[in-house]
Parts: sequence; structure tokens; C-alpha cells
Amino acid sequence: MTDKKIPFKIKRQDKPGSPSYWQTFQVPYKPFANIISCLMEIQRNPTTQGGKTVAPVTWDSNCLEEVCGSCTMLINGKVRQACTALVDNLEKPITLEPMSKFPVVRDLQVNRNRMFENLKKVKAWIDIDGSHDIGEGALMADSDRAKRYVMSECMTCGCCLEACPQFTLNNSFMGAATFNQVRLFNLHPTGSMNKEERLDAVMGEGGITDCGNAQVCVEVCPKNIPLTESIADIGRQTSWQMIKNILIK
Amino acid sequence: MLNRKKKIVIIGGGLAGLALAMKFCERNGEVTIVSYQALKRSHSVCAQGGINAAIDAKNEGDTPEKHFYDTIKGGDFLAHQPLVRDMCFQAPAIIHLMDRMGVAFNRTGEGHLDFRRFGGTLYNRTAFAGATTGQQLVYALDEQVRRNIHDGNATALEWHEYLGAVLDSEGICRGAVIHDLKTDEIYTLAADAVVLATGGPCQVYGRSTSSVVNTGAAATTAYLQGAKYANGEFIQIHPTAIPGQDKLRLMSESARGEGGRVWVPKKTNDSRDPKKIPESDRYYFLEEKYPLFKNLVPRDVASREIYDIVYNQNMGVSGEPMVYLDLTHKSREFLDNRLGGIMDIYTKFTGVDPREQPMKIFPAVHYSMGGLWTDYGPDQQGLIEHGSPKNQMTSIKGLFAAGEADYQYHGANRLGANSLLSCIYTGLMMARGIMNYTDSLEKSVDDIPSTIFDDARNHWKTRFNEIRKMDGNENPYQLHQQLGETMLANVLIVRDNKSLEKATHAIDDIEARFKNVKCTDSSDWANPSPSFINQLFCMIHLSKIITKGALMRDEFRGSHYKPDFDLNQPKDFDPHEYIDYLEQKQYGEITDNKFPPGHLDYMKRFEENNKKWLKTTVAQFKDNKPDITYEEVNTSLITPRPRKYD
Repeated sequence: MTDKKIPFKIKRQDKPGSPSYWQTFQVPYKPFANIISCLMEIQRNPTTQGGKTVAPVTWDSNCLEEVCGSCTMLINGKVRQACTALVDNLEKPITLEPMSKFPVVRDLQVNRNRMFENLKKVKAWIDIDGSHDIGEGALMADSDRAKRYVMSECMTCGCCLEACPQFTLNNSFMGAATFNQVRLFNLHPTGSMNKEERLDAVMGEGGITDCGNAQVCVEVCPKNIPLTESIADIGRQTSWQMIKNILIK
Repeated sequence: MLNRKKKIVIIGGGLAGLALAMKFCERNGEVTIVSYQALKRSHSVCAQGGINAAIDAKNEGDTPEKHFYDTIKGGDFLAHQPLVRDMCFQAPAIIHLMDRMGVAFNRTGEGHLDFRRFGGTLYNRTAFAGATTGQQLVYALDEQVRRNIHDGNATALEWHEYLGAVLDSEGICRGAVIHDLKTDEIYTLAADAVVLATGGPCQVYGRSTSSVVNTGAAATTAYLQGAKYANGEFIQIHPTAIPGQDKLRLMSESARGEGGRVWVPKKTNDSRDPKKIPESDRYYFLEEKYPLFKNLVPRDVASREIYDIVYNQNMGVSGEPMVYLDLTHKSREFLDNRLGGIMDIYTKFTGVDPREQPMKIFPAVHYSMGGLWTDYGPDQQGLIEHGSPKNQMTSIKGLFAAGEADYQYHGANRLGANSLLSCIYTGLMMARGIMNYTDSLEKSVDDIPSTIFDDARNHWKTRFNEIRKMDGNENPYQLHQQLGETMLANVLIVRDNKSLEKATHAIDDIEARFKNVKCTDSSDWANPSPSFINQLFCMIHLSKIITKGALMRDEFRGSHYKPDFDLNQPKDFDPHEYIDYLEQKQYGEITDNKFPPGHLDYMKRFEENNKKWLKTTVAQFKDNKPDITYEEVNTSLITPRPRKYD
């Protein structure tokens, strides 16, 4: 049991733009091991299967319990969080690759700035008057709250965009995560006051009409956010908005 | 007076840093917020169960004053009282603010905020958003800060690391040395004030409930630059976590707040399926020993009891160091609605559905009550003067600390759902004081010679060049693992001076081996190794602060449990006797026969012990080790008394 090893095949890349290459590692088996604990093991002993000492593999992670969204990567070809990927449940050898729809920073790390920039474009926030004490917030039915809560669990991990055939490294498609945020804020009593601004932002290039309706986003979302419902809803909201824009102009 | 906007550098993108950034922008200041990674991914997202505010939504008679009392008592009277009182009085406004920002707090039938119970209180005082309250609060503040970035009031430097403070010839902090974690560039940012909102240090223990970034390196660097570090030995061990190779995952106290029951089989090594063990064969030890607070005793108490059951009574589940945390009597719908986040975590990491089977849990290192020493300006009403430049300032002028990185709010043990509150409270509260601090300076940062900044930058450049050249035979990540094992074995729930001595020597040994570390990565792009080696260096110093503080404090207070110095409170003791005792003493009426046998002696022991140990531990860096002194605690509002929860 103690000398059981787990074989890993890891796609590496030293810098943005430099060629990628594969390395294999044998990591000692431990109960409850996940991908992160195995990568930590490689840090402690950065030696390839062939016995060559290399720079430890780099990756992003923080909370290690699937609430921060940091450690997204391709594990055996499937996009998911590395922290909840338990070694016992994975086919061996385990292959690790960085996401392909975002620029690689190094090894398994990618740059997801585009997602955060999109949050600015759609003004994914509530325009509060200020943080001074002006009493209670708006009343809200718990059922509405529950609907919003599920959407608000989006941790900007990027799984939905990696899986989306419409979202590519070089186009401007916003993707499911962003549309879901528009719906989240438009559903809030105060947020809905800026509804039209948000809708206008997803009506242009890269917006909602570019969605090809492949529906894979919802399958890979680690938080089970009803992304296709959000897309459909934003589709409806923008249609109304378009009619309104025409009538007013 | 400055004829430009006041500018601050905030290190850390968790709740404290984000709250301050928002408030400072609102006051027309200019903010640079520096974060180890994307702001949205800070450790505050891990907080699960909720945030406290005595809004009394359930008409139980709760008040901020009671919240204050519970917090002070929970912390075993080691926290400065005016600050805690101010925090508790601000709490309702903070919850309403977060609600206005769109946090999806659970609600009542009428659409108001719903509240649940947490440890160390008898009131439903905890507002919550499922079991991912921390995540939801971070997102709301992150959104407001993003709005400010969008509007040009703030700049975010993500993937940047704080290395140290820029100190001028008078020792005043004038900026920060920053390390770009991608390009490896090291440079300085000039500022009117620098704020460390850098979170806790639990990575010192290797495996804990904390996130990867919680090394405590920034706070330790401040200590190494001369700042005082306070109450380091007070480390909270959370009673309910699940094991893992990379981290120990928290199962929120809200599981018990929503009715979760902790038990073990009465028969040792009972191998039956837990669902098949009848009530009569179960030992609900917390409920039996603490009939008043039951499963919701404070964390220090619950952790000690679980430790006792497992190691002294040998009653752990199947002989393992585990006890059951049982929610199977609650409906699926109820659990999904109120505790969905932790139900998912447990299922994903153990493969077992806690809605069907009791969870198996054990205590884990969770939080540091200690942190950088910070100051405060009390007012005449037993609250805080919010405009005081002293608020949250470390002993280095111009360098501030907030959130888990400071020490002021939780005494010797933090109550559940008070950490989110203390983070947001400090962030919001300190903004005005920093503005006033800037006005009070005789010389502005604009008049500081550039050589001060050059020297600071060069110091760190040299330091990182040295680290890169380290070519010994010790792997830094292995050394970190061994440091963690040392701390877990010797500086945990039950402490004794022999083990603490042993830890001291083991840390010295690790420090000696550190000199022989190898920098395992020579890349000049996105290379985490030199940073980690520097953080490891800091963690070694931090472990010395924690261990020495624990070794020297010969008493039992809150999370710091040394059985050799337990005052052995009589079972039938009532804490109010102590208040009578103090009053009688004052009027010279005291006689032994006024109290049950043994009580007067106990109270005298308690009084003596407080005279000696009801003090803040202050560590200062001298001769490569912490020099420990003690300072008075402000107990001006509630008379310290023995704690009791049964």
C-alpha cells in the first residue's frame, strides 16, 4: 500500500508564447489525495519519472474547497476544479493541462482577466448611494433570494467558458458566466434600476445573440448554476429591450 | 494640507481590505489594492456560517450590549472592551449595508433578514447566505471595489506580493515594497499610509482550514521591521473539520446552529452503522455536559471536549480520532436551503452524503486571535472615536493592520460569525482615522527623499537575489511540512511546557536547516519558489512567536489550555458569586462560610491569576527571537469573571 504510486502526465509551458511540453511524474499514493495534494507532493520532490530534477509544476489554487474558483484545469481532458478531483475517482495515468481558452501564464496557470473585464462591461454591481447607514435593504421574498443565491455562487472559475464552443481564445464572446451575472443583478430590486445599461452591454458584439445554444456550459459548472436558464432569460430581456429601444427612438 | 487626493496602499483583497478600499474611495481618497491573486479569490470566501448582528429579528430581547457581553466572555476577557463594544453596536448597520449591496441573505416569510444561532450565545444573531456567507460578502464588496476601479478611483495590483514597508529616517511608513509575481519585478509604491489586511497565519501549521495564501508573511515582515505582534499564542482550533492531505476542510458551526448534534457510540469500537445505533447507545457528550448551551458551546470548549472524548476516553468513532456530527434528523430541503454549501463539500470530499449519514469530524487549526498589535482611540461613551488616527495603527507610524492580521477583537477565543464582522467593521471604521492621520503629518510623503525608496527596493532586490542563489539540499516545501508537523504535535489544543520546549528546539533546528535550502526553480517568469522561501522564513519566525508566547503563559485562558495551570472551577460554581465576592471584598464583609465549600479559594486563585495573566502578550523582534512583554487589557466596561457554559 505504501509504495503504491500514481502516474501523472502534465502539460507544461515555461512562459506565454513558448512551446508546451509533457512531463510524467510518479506520486506516492495517500488516502484522500486530490490533484492539489499530488501537485504539492511534486513540489516537495520535483523529479520526473525518468529521474530528472525539474522546476516544480506551477498551478493556481487558494481555498481548496471549491469556493474561490482558482484551481480550474483540464483533468483527464475534462475542465474542473483540481481541489475536488479526488485521485481515487480518476483514471490513471492522470493527465493535467491548462485551460485552452485562456492565455497560459505558466504550466497550469492561465490568465482569466477577460472574465473580470466582462464584469465591468455589464456593471455587475449594485449602484448603492454610499456605505453610510441609511437603514434596511429592500424586502425580498425568500424564493427570489434563493433564485439569486444559486446564481451568485459563480466563482469566475471559467469552466463554462472552457467548455463553450462559441468562446475562443481570440474572439470577444462574453459567455455564460457574464450573462448569468446580468440576470443576477437585474433580479435585485435596486439592481434592476440599472437593468437597461446591463442589457445594452450584452446586446453588442460578443453578446447574447452570439450564443450557439450548445448547452455544455451548464454541464460543467461546478456550482450547478442554471446557466442555460440564465441565457434564455437574458435572451428574453434583451429582446424586449430591443423593441423598447426601437419604439423610443 | 495636501493639494492632491490622499493615497493609501491596501495589502490584501479579503473583507477587511475590500471594505476599506470602498470606504476610502467614497471619502475621495485614492486606493491601490494589492493582492496575491485575483481579489475575488481571497480566503474570506471560506467563511461559511454567517455574520453576527444583534438585530433581534426574532423578538428574543437581543441587544448589541448582549452581543458585546457574549463576545467578551467568549474571548475570556482578553479583548479591549471599548473596541468590541463599538463593533457590536455597528454590526446591525453593517448587515443592512451588505444587504443593500445585494448579498443573498436568507430571509423570513415576510422578506426580512433571517437569523440563526451560533456558538457562545443563546440568541439567534447570525445573518447568513446559505453556508457560503463569506463568499457572498466578499463578492458584494469586490463588486463595489470593481465599480470604483471602473470609475477610476482605485487600482488593483493582482498577482503582486507585499515584501515590506518603506520606512523613512524617523521610522514612519511611507510606502510599500511590492513584488510582481509574474515579471519578478520589485518596486516601491509611495503612499500616505499602508494597510496590512493580509489575513491569518495558519499555514504555519501546514494543514489547517486556511487557504494557501495564509502564511502570515506580511504581518511577520512588519514584526521583523520592528512592529509589535500581540497574543500570538491564541490560535483557534475549530471543533468540526474533515481530514485531507492538502488541507482540513471546515464544517461550519452553523451545522450545529441549525440543530446538528455531536455524539459518539457509548460502546468503544462500536462497529454498527451509525444509523442503526439506538439513542440509548449514543453519548451526546456536549448536550450532557453543557445543558444550557448544549452543542453550541464556544469553539475552544467544544474542541477540548472532542479531544478529551477521543484521546482520554478512547471513545472516537471506530477507534479513530473522529466524532459524529449528525444532521440526518433534518429534512433534505431544509439542509439544502440553509447548509447547501457544506453539504456539497462533505459529499464531494468524502463520497458520503451527510443528509443520509452522520458526518465524521475532528478539530482543526482555524484562526488566529493574535496578530499585529494595533492601537485605538476610545471616546467618552465606552465606544471608539472613529476619527482617531490611532485606530488600527501598528506600532510603526503610518502602517495599519485590519482583519485577521490584527489582534484586537476576539481576546483569547473568537466566537463563530464574529470574524466576518470584525473584518468589515475594521475596514469601514478605520477610513476616517487614516484621513486624519494624513492631515496630522508634519511632512508629507511627497517630501521624502527618493533615496529612502531606492534603499528599500534595493534591500529586497538583494534579498531575493540571495534567495535565488540558495543551493543547499533542503527542499523548502518539505521543510514547511516539517514545521507544520512540529506545531501540530506540540502547540495545539492541550499544551504543556515540556512539549513547548521541544517545539522551541525543533523550530531552532528547522531555522538552522533553512540556511541550507535549495531554490528549486530558477525561472525569471511567474516563479513562486523565491517568494515561498521568503514566506517560509517568515513562518519560522512566526512559529517562534506563537510557541514562546505559549510557553511563557502559565495559565489556562480561552484557546490556550495548559492543564497544569487549570484553576479547577468547582462544578457547582456560579460566576455571579465572583461579582458578590468582589463587592463584599470592597466593603470588608467577606467570610468563608458565605460561599459553598471550596468556592472562596477558587475565586482567590482566579483573582490572583488575572492579576498576573489578564494581559496582552506583546512580542518584539530582538536578537533574532521574540522578546515578550505584557500590557494591560482595557476591562473598563465588564468585570472579568470566570466563564461557564453549563
